[in-house]
Amino acid sequence: MAKVEVESEVTGNVWKLQVAVGAAVAVGDVLMILESMKMEIPVEAPVAGTLTEMLVAETDAVDEDQVLAIIEAV
Amino acid sequence: MFQRLLVANRGAIARRIVRACHRLGIESVALYSDADSQAPYLAEATQSIGLPGNTAAETYLNKPLLLQAILNSGADAVHPGYGFLAEDADFAQQVMDLGVHFVGPSPQWLSSMGDKVAARELMAEHNFPLFAGSKELNSVTAAQRAATQIGYPVMLKPAAGGGGIGMQVVADDQGLAVAFDRCQRMAQAAFGNGAVFVEAWISPARHIEVQVLADEHGNVMHAFERDCSLQRRQQKVIEEAPAPLVDRQSVLALAERSVELLATLGYNNVGTLETLQSPSGEFGFLEMNTRIQVEHGVTEMVTGLDLVAEQIQLAAGGQLPPQPTLSGYAVQARVYAEDSQTSMPSTGRLQVFAPPNMRHVRVETGYAQGMTVTPFYDPLLAKVLAWAPTRELAIGRLAVALQAYEIRGVRTNIALLRRILRSDEFLAGRVHTGLLQQFLG
Repeated sequence: MAKVEVESEVTGNVWKLQVAVGAAVAVGDVLMILESMKMEIPVEAPVAGTLTEMLVAETDAVDEDQVLAIIEAV
Repeated sequence: MFQRLLVANRGAIARRIVRACHRLGIESVALYSDADSQAPYLAEATQSIGLPGNTAAETYLNKPLLLQAILNSGADAVHPGYGFLAEDADFAQQVMDLGVHFVGPSPQWLSSMGDKVAARELMAEHNFPLFAGSKELNSVTAAQRAATQIGYPVMLKPAAGGGGIGMQVVADDQGLAVAFDRCQRMAQAAFGNGAVFVEAWISPARHIEVQVLADEHGNVMHAFERDCSLQRRQQKVIEEAPAPLVDRQSVLALAERSVELLATLGYNNVGTLETLQSPSGEFGFLEMNTRIQVEHGVTEMVTGLDLVAEQIQLAAGGQLPPQPTLSGYAVQARVYAEDSQTSMPSTGRLQVFAPPNMRHVRVETGYAQGMTVTPFYDPLLAKVLAWAPTRELAIGRLAVALQAYEIRGVRTNIALLRRILRSDEFLAGRVHTGLLQQFLG
C-alpha cells in the first residue's frame, strides 16, 4: 500500500473539508474545497484508498504545492 | 459639486474613480487593506485610510469600518465602484443616513434588482422581453415541474448574488434533483440567501447589454450596447462595443425600450440592462446591474463619454450629457492571474509588470511591479482596451498590446486571450457564450 500526498494547486484558504480521516475515497471524490481569489477550488482524490491523514483544518491558509492530506492507496 | 469623495473599493476601479475625481476637481479618499498598502491608486488619491486586515470581510466589506472612515475623512460623497458593497442597499442607506451622497441609484433599486426573481417579475409587468423562467422554487418537485413546463435544458440559478456562483445548466429531472441542493447550499453560503429559480437555457446565446444613464430629474438616455459573449464560468473575459453582426435597428430598439422602461420606473444614475439574444435574434432580460460595470471602458472609447465622471456629476444633481454618436470599435480583454489552460488562480510577486504603452490602447490596472497578487481578492490583473475605426483593426491592436504586456511572477491568461483574438470565429464576429470553452483544454 502506497501513501499518496494530495497537494494544493493554489495559494488560498481551506473553505470546507468534505471527508473525514478513515473514510474510503474513490478517484475524483472531493476531499475539500479551497477558496482563492473568490473562486471555489475542489480538491479531488487522485487515487482510490483510505484517507489516513488530514493535514489542514477549515480556514487554514495553504500555499501552492502544500500537502493537504494523505491517502493510503488500495 | 462634491468637495471630497471616498472610494469604497480597491484595484483598477479605485484608480479609475480617483482619475475621474482629478478630472472633476474633487478631492479623493482611497482605502486600502494590508495587502494593498503598496497599490498605485493610494499615491494618486488626495488621502488614504488603512483598513486593518486582508480578507474582504475584514476590509472592503466591513460596513462599520467603512462608515467610520467616511466620517473621519469628511467626505461628502461615496463611490462604491463594482463588486464589494456596490449593490448593497443597506450600505447605501447607511451612507445616506450620514448625510453623505451615494454615487449610485437609490437603495430601493439596489434591492429590487438584486433579487433576480423580483427583477424578472418587474420586467414582465412592464412587457419587457423575457425568456421563460420560474418564480422562487422551494422544493425539487416544484423545480422539476417548472423545468418541464419551460422545457429542458434549463439554467438553475440563485436569486441573489452574481458572478455566476451556483449557476448550473441541467438536462433532466434527475440532474435537477442533484443540482438543486448544491445550488441552494452555495447560494446560502455565498449570499446568505438560499433562494433559487430556473430559466430557459438559451444556447448558443449572445450576451448583449445596454448602458443607460439617468439623472435625478427623470431623464434617461442610453449609450448604446456592449457584447460580452466571451465568458468562462459565467464571467466575462472579452467585451466590445458596438456588438458585431447584429441588426442595428433591433439593438437600437432594445436600447430605446430600456430607456423608456427606466424613465417610467424613475431610475437614477448609471446602470446596465443585460440581455441574452437567442439564435433567432430575440432578446430576453437577464438582469440589471445597478452600478458601473467592469467593461464600461469600451463604451467610453466609442462614445467619448466619461461614464465614471458622469456618475459623480449625476449623483450631484447634474444634467445628462448630450446623446453621443458611435465612433469606431473598442474591444477589451481582461487579464486574469490564472493559468491559460486550467483557469486555476495564480498568486505571487509581480517581478515584472510592464503594461504596453501604445496609441489607442488603454490599460486599467490596480497593480504595479513589485506588488504581490494575493488570494484575498478577485484574479483581475488588468483590463486592456483598444480602439480603432474598424473592428478588425481594434482586435489587431489589442492582440499586439497583449503580446507586449510583460508580466512575470504569476501565470496569466494572456496566451488564451491572444488565441481567441486571432481566431476566425472571433474575427468574423461569430461570438456566443459557449465560444470561449472551445479554446480551453
